[in-house]
Amino acid sequence: MSLKTSSIIRKVSMALSGLFLVVFLTQHFTINLTSVFSENIFNKISHFMGNNFLVQFILQPILIFGVVFHFIMGFILEYINRKSRDTSYVTFKGSSNSNWMSRNMIYSGIVILSFLGLHFYDFWIPEINYKYVEVLPLDQDRYYQELVHKFESPIRTTIYSVSFVFLALHLYHGFSSSFQSVGFNNKYSSALRLFANGFSIIIPLGFIFIAIFHHLKA
Amino acid sequence: MNLILKVWRQSSRDEKGKIETYPISDISPDMSFLEMMDVLNENLISKGIDPVSFDHDCREGICGMCSMFINGEAHGPDRLVTTCQLHMRKFKDGDTIVIEPFRARAFPVIKDLIVDRSSFDRIQQAGGFVSVNTSGNTQDANAIPIDKHDADKAFDAATCIGCGACVASCKNASAMLFVSAKVSQYSLLPQGKVEATDRVLNMVNQMDEEGFGNCTNTGACEIECPKGISLENIARLNREYLAASIKD
Amino acid sequence: MTVLKSKIPKGPISEKWIKHKSDINLVSPANKRLIDIIVVGTGLAGASASATLAELGYNVKTFCFQDSPRRAHSIAAQGGINAAKNYQGDGDSTFRLFYDTIKGGDYRSREANVYRLAEVSTNIIDQCVAQGVPFARDYGGLLDNRSFGGVLVSRTFYAKGQTGQQLLLGAYSAMNRQIGRGQIKMFNRHEMMDLVIIDGKARGIIARNLITGKLERHGAHAVVIASGGYGNVFFLSTNAMGSNVSAAWKIHKKGAHFANPCFTQIHPTCIPVSGDHQSKLTLMSESLRNDGRIWVPKKIEDVKLIREGKLKPTDIKEENRDYYLERRYPAFGNLVPRDVASRAAKERCDEGYGVNKTGEAVFLDFSSAIIRYGKEQAHVKGLDENDKILVKKLGQDVIRSKYGNLFQMYEKIVDQNPYETPMMIYPAVHYTMGGTWVDYNLMTSIPGCYSIGEANFSDHGANRLGASALMQGLADGYFVLPYTIGDYLADDIRTGKISTDQLEFEKAEKTVQNQINLFINNKGKHSVDYYHKKLGKIMWNKCGMSRNEKGLKEAMKEIKELRSDFYKNVKVPGSADEYNEELAKAGRLADFLELGELFAKDGLERTESCGGHFREESQTTEGEAVRDDKNFTFVSVWEYKGEPSKAKLIKEKLNFEEIEVKTRSYK
Repeated sequence: MSLKTSSIIRKVSMALSGLFLVVFLTQHFTINLTSVFSENIFNKISHFMGNNFLVQFILQPILIFGVVFHFIMGFILEYINRKSRDTSYVTFKGSSNSNWMSRNMIYSGIVILSFLGLHFYDFWIPEINYKYVEVLPLDQDRYYQELVHKFESPIRTTIYSVSFVFLALHLYHGFSSSFQSVGFNNKYSSALRLFANGFSIIIPLGFIFIAIFHHLKA
Repeated sequence: MNLILKVWRQSSRDEKGKIETYPISDISPDMSFLEMMDVLNENLISKGIDPVSFDHDCREGICGMCSMFINGEAHGPDRLVTTCQLHMRKFKDGDTIVIEPFRARAFPVIKDLIVDRSSFDRIQQAGGFVSVNTSGNTQDANAIPIDKHDADKAFDAATCIGCGACVASCKNASAMLFVSAKVSQYSLLPQGKVEATDRVLNMVNQMDEEGFGNCTNTGACEIECPKGISLENIARLNREYLAASIKD
Repeated sequence: MTVLKSKIPKGPISEKWIKHKSDINLVSPANKRLIDIIVVGTGLAGASASATLAELGYNVKTFCFQDSPRRAHSIAAQGGINAAKNYQGDGDSTFRLFYDTIKGGDYRSREANVYRLAEVSTNIIDQCVAQGVPFARDYGGLLDNRSFGGVLVSRTFYAKGQTGQQLLLGAYSAMNRQIGRGQIKMFNRHEMMDLVIIDGKARGIIARNLITGKLERHGAHAVVIASGGYGNVFFLSTNAMGSNVSAAWKIHKKGAHFANPCFTQIHPTCIPVSGDHQSKLTLMSESLRNDGRIWVPKKIEDVKLIREGKLKPTDIKEENRDYYLERRYPAFGNLVPRDVASRAAKERCDEGYGVNKTGEAVFLDFSSAIIRYGKEQAHVKGLDENDKILVKKLGQDVIRSKYGNLFQMYEKIVDQNPYETPMMIYPAVHYTMGGTWVDYNLMTSIPGCYSIGEANFSDHGANRLGASALMQGLADGYFVLPYTIGDYLADDIRTGKISTDQLEFEKAEKTVQNQINLFINNKGKHSVDYYHKKLGKIMWNKCGMSRNEKGLKEAMKEIKELRSDFYKNVKVPGSADEYNEELAKAGRLADFLELGELFAKDGLERTESCGGHFREESQTTEGEAVRDDKNFTFVSVWEYKGEPSKAKLIKEKLNFEEIEVKTRSYK
């Protein structure tokens, strides 16, 4: 197999890493959702995820690689694509033939990337600090409280919500189009697109709901 | 009709171009867009101004030579037409019309609205053919029956006129729709399957070398394509390319 | 006295080509490498010839004025391509195709050439399918056929309404393969400006790079002209804007004889002219006449009301419509050959029955077909055959599936819905049967200079049948020229590279340069199009669908005057060393202005009516064409003598040994 970097290989890798992130997102959402119903279940799952060897040392690095790959490749594509038209149009009516989401993946992506920065600062860094730097004692019940604490601030809740709107925009094009990228376009495609687009709206809305739920509850 | 035309003027490839404004009057709604351009040029010539150079030939929407970017869209606001089939009745009296060349790094401007699309030729030369001798000593045309649906799909892909509207409309200046149409036509026919692996690898390789951008599935190409070439072809190209990469 | 050698092989007609192929000289593969061939034009003939010559091992240089060889105007052919495959088992054969072509051409073509064409026609289909041309197929996966005007079998292969496109792209792909291998060197956006003759042989061309304006010298051992027809001498035609006679005319002026220039095909079903701004005409496939009925109102009052927009054509009652083709030709009805249908339309419009503003249009009406198909569908589906709305809808669906793309094209151009109201059509110049004279080997009267496809005169006589142009282009390019050219080139294997430093190249380049300078420095009053439109008017009015002595004489005089005015007063802006379309157009028009005169002269000379050439002096009392076989069974071959009006007529007598010469009747 020749793994030359060609435009199609880049495109497919973008689609596959994206699909992988969609799977992760689903998983993340499911766990978060439990926080709405049961503090106990949420704590249990969180503890498992945070201390299971497989999750921590195999899946987590893969995830980080996936995220990093996806955004670096995104920037590379954007660079190549901008270069491929050296003089730009005086008038370019993109809205007449494509939707906003598809044309602005780089911007929705940058917003999501910045959000990830905040998210890491909020959860991941304190978590790593807790477990591996300061090596504090195991506490199976701390996760829910940490979560609730974060959403006390209305500013943070707003930032989270806005970011998820951008995630929806990003997913709205990215999820359904990744099937096209891997070559799947047939009579099932319109149904699949419907599902993907539904997913792209519902999941981010769910995240927003969770954030607002905890904010109001706090 | 009276119109204001804003036309891109560029004397040669290396010169910097700019938009010039020309008012034009007494345009009949029955004129085609290119006939309106003919009138403009007659006016310019009579005033001693260099006429606007633009590509055109068959003027019936099949040769693929005409190539203007009109008010922000390849071949103008109408759908499933080339510029030569676009009629002035699609515009209103008093409209301002911005006319630019198709823009892409792989389509350098030659003069005014004329661009060099030989990159498309080179992509075809890299593999857009069936390696069969033209001696006529081939087997009978009906020796291999072909599923009508496949034959029809191959035909639909083969109707591409190579105008470059897909590249011009794509925000990334990607040539995937063009390449996929050719790859699809052959991959759907038994005659083309034999060398499908080399074909798709070589054509995509050439496409990348020419400096076209990456496809990001915005779908603009399909909408602007005067022949309605479907995005399904790009999916097929992706499949073919992946299969070929694994095989090769 | 110039003697024409048509080099038709001896022997029975069915063996001529086979025998000829085995008799002629060949060039060995090793020697082909030493030989260069120039091909001018990349339509079906030029592209297929380039591909095959390159594949045989010759070094080919191919030129086209467009930005890519794929743009050549063969691409616009809609209907189909004939081949005597007899896949339908309806009694077709090589002989029948041969017979139909000779008869369709009104007995003014060469038997041997036409037979060969019919013979290789089957190869073309095999070849194209092997190349991946997506012809229409039936549900069994086999190739489908349709029927075309003037014949009694279904032998036309097609790819929807884009057969020419698919065939040209097939030939283009074969070329691409050779370009990729380096066997063809492709010169896009280059125009042939002149032929270079050394020691009586064609040895190269002067070409102009249309982007830089530079003149280039290209040497070769043989030059093939495949530059298409000259319909644009009429300004308005279905040809592409760039289609021109220049390459063919330049070789004519250097010694290649021009045959039957007045044989022009006027296609009956084109979209009418809408105003003075019109730049070209659009053809609607002849296949529309299978289901469309052609008519004009019976009453002149109705005509007036329609023109003023006060009456809708659908409101005219059946008894007030004149289905003139059905009236005049009950046997063939709306499916009479192209020339007959065109003249009948002109006759009605000349009588004042034209139905659009300009008075030059007739109706092509699908309403009866819609009802007929609709009832059929309703019956098949077990629905109510008397439900008018349902029947209409079902019928429209059938029509849409058959002619959808044509109807859509019509609607885009005319802005009327042809499903609801009849189309308006009028004849337009479409194809030129005349062209450079060639012998059986397709060589012109200049040794080493060949002419193929529409550019030559050989196969269609005075009228071409539908779906035969594609057949001839590919036959010449794929299967005839590549073999016959070897006969000539066999003597050239020791010649070596043709140097372009020779005096003849220098002289030819200088002549070209002088003409360019003349145009650029002229600083006249009128644009090139101004003159082209004037020429077109003269041609259409006096050398068009019907011709007479007075008109033709006037045409000769007027064209000559127009030509001298053109040289005095034409204005070409810009310079010679940049992309300058006006300059290119001026050069092409200069040649049309000469050809036009020869065209009229040829028409004047031929006092009979035959095929596309209708002389008013030679008709029956009912207005049908009368051929004069006793005096005109020959090809009019014109030798250039310094000026078109001085051209010398040489007659190539046509002998019909296989086919009995009869009067064409479609009554």
